[in-house]
Amino acid sequence: MPASPNQEAVANVDLMWEGIRKAIWLLFTADREVIGISLLSLRVSLTATAISLLIGIPLGTTIALTRFPARRIVISLINAGMGLPPVVVGLFISILLFRSGPLGFLDLLYTPTAIVIAQVVIAAPIVTGLTLAAVQQIPAKFRLQMLALGASRLQMLWLLLRQARMPMLAAVMAGFGGVISEIGASMMVGGNIRGQTRVLTTATVMETGKGNFDIAIALSILLLAITFGVNYLLTLIQQRARTP
Amino acid sequence: MNDCILEGRNVQVLYEGRLALAVAEIGVHRGETLAVIGPNGAGKSTLLRILGLLERPASGQILLDSQLVAKDADLLALRRRFASVFQDPLLIEGTVERNVGLGLQLRRMAQSAASERIRLWMQRFGIEGLASRQASSLSGGEAQRVSLARAFAIEPDILLLDEPFAALDPLTREMLLRDLHRILRESGVTCVFVTHDRDEAQRLGDRVAVVMDGRLQQVGTPEEVFGRPISESVARFVGVDNLLAGQVTADHEGLLAVDVGSFSVRASGRIPVGSPVIVCLRPEDLVLQSGVETDARDGALNHLPGRVTGLFLTGSQYRVEVDCGHPLVALVTKHCVQALWLAPLSEVLVDFKPSAAHLIVKQES
Repeated sequence: MPASPNQEAVANVDLMWEGIRKAIWLLFTADREVIGISLLSLRVSLTATAISLLIGIPLGTTIALTRFPARRIVISLINAGMGLPPVVVGLFISILLFRSGPLGFLDLLYTPTAIVIAQVVIAAPIVTGLTLAAVQQIPAKFRLQMLALGASRLQMLWLLLRQARMPMLAAVMAGFGGVISEIGASMMVGGNIRGQTRVLTTATVMETGKGNFDIAIALSILLLAITFGVNYLLTLIQQRARTP
Repeated sequence: MNDCILEGRNVQVLYEGRLALAVAEIGVHRGETLAVIGPNGAGKSTLLRILGLLERPASGQILLDSQLVAKDADLLALRRRFASVFQDPLLIEGTVERNVGLGLQLRRMAQSAASERIRLWMQRFGIEGLASRQASSLSGGEAQRVSLARAFAIEPDILLLDEPFAALDPLTREMLLRDLHRILRESGVTCVFVTHDRDEAQRLGDRVAVVMDGRLQQVGTPEEVFGRPISESVARFVGVDNLLAGQVTADHEGLLAVDVGSFSVRASGRIPVGSPVIVCLRPEDLVLQSGVETDARDGALNHLPGRVTGLFLTGSQYRVEVDCGHPLVALVTKHCVQALWLAPLSEVLVDFKPSAAHLIVKQES
């Protein structure tokens, strides 16, 4: 006799509680594999975010402050890039890195470096687009005033980014948030290889598929904790100047 | 040799192909405050940006200390001889102290010397009590004081002020205007001060330059510009509300008779008989007398009988409109209005000295 929907729901709730209980145990005992996966996730996504900042901040600022032909088209492309589906990025990076592909000689496919590359492609447009918006919202009058106070080019750049600190940190958060949570690209270019390229998101999908809800929940809790922790730190920096 | 610290020659500025500013010659004397006045959009701010090396003109030269600013000059070094204050305070995020010291920081001044300077200028502008306040928490007046202190702390060779009071309420503006006037005199800094406000220009300017329609119309002392404007449009802008078109009909040793249609005006001047002129009468130079008293008149004065058509309180004074066959406007005290029982339809005499009537020779257009 099939179980009634009610009984099924009760079973699911039991399963969830059981999962959470086991997950806490896993975290508490500092399961080596789970810790390893978490550290790799953090390392890969932080690296990708950092590289995206190195690309996105100068690029966004330059586009915000200069006028050139096709500027609008470039900005539209960047804005569209902010919404790149990770799966599509994963596919293209995979094609590039396949042994027979144009960058196959680098032998990077299924390495953490490959995941970093894919995540940079995802995060760089986000950082660029938000930097562009952040710098653009500073009125031209402010730039004129800084110029009139004797700011050199570099000093001007520093003053603009300093003035745009709030939205700039939002750009960092958005960039990091975009890559720590993505799965399509990590799965495709990383391959979810145990002990090598398995990150929190890919591991969660796999464990859920295998029915290991306890491990999946433990991984999810860690993913949430990392996301919250990094954003909390960034928020502290962002809000520091605003508290009187 | 002249004593100009800053000069512009044959300066032309184009905006979208349209000539926005064309100034053949303008000089700022060392240590003076040159007030640049004109209506909104006349090109005053553009002129200020050109003189401050913040914008390149389409053509023309800028000279600093009689030295031509070359096309390939190190603009940063030259720009650092200036400091500017605009209508908006445009402070950076951070404390008041940090803001006041920004210009010094940009010039990499040593910390100890800078903090001494910062303290001094915060004191002079009465903001030392706000030193550790966040710039974002300041009122408009306080923020503008910070902006002024920031510019003065640089102790520049030339200070550029672009409508620094335009966004302030009247009381705050008045207090800040007084402080700025005192500090400008004490510091002896050369200053170019752009404003659309005639009052501010008269009070702060050693000389006044009138810019209208992108052209420099007249430069001179406040007395010259406000008392003897060179054209009808300048006269209107500097507050000459009575402009009467007429013709010189007689000359009695410098005392001219000008027929303006409905009556004749006695004016002092040296203009050939027969010339078409415009008689300029400032409303504050017109004196109202009771229309009843008719004796004891000074033959050298102008006496025009008329009838009051309107009476408006403007600030602390009354603007009285009188029809003397030609509408005239007089600015009189409340006391005068009460003593003469002025009301619409009152009969009055409008008196003014021949020297109060300034004549502009009408150009054939």
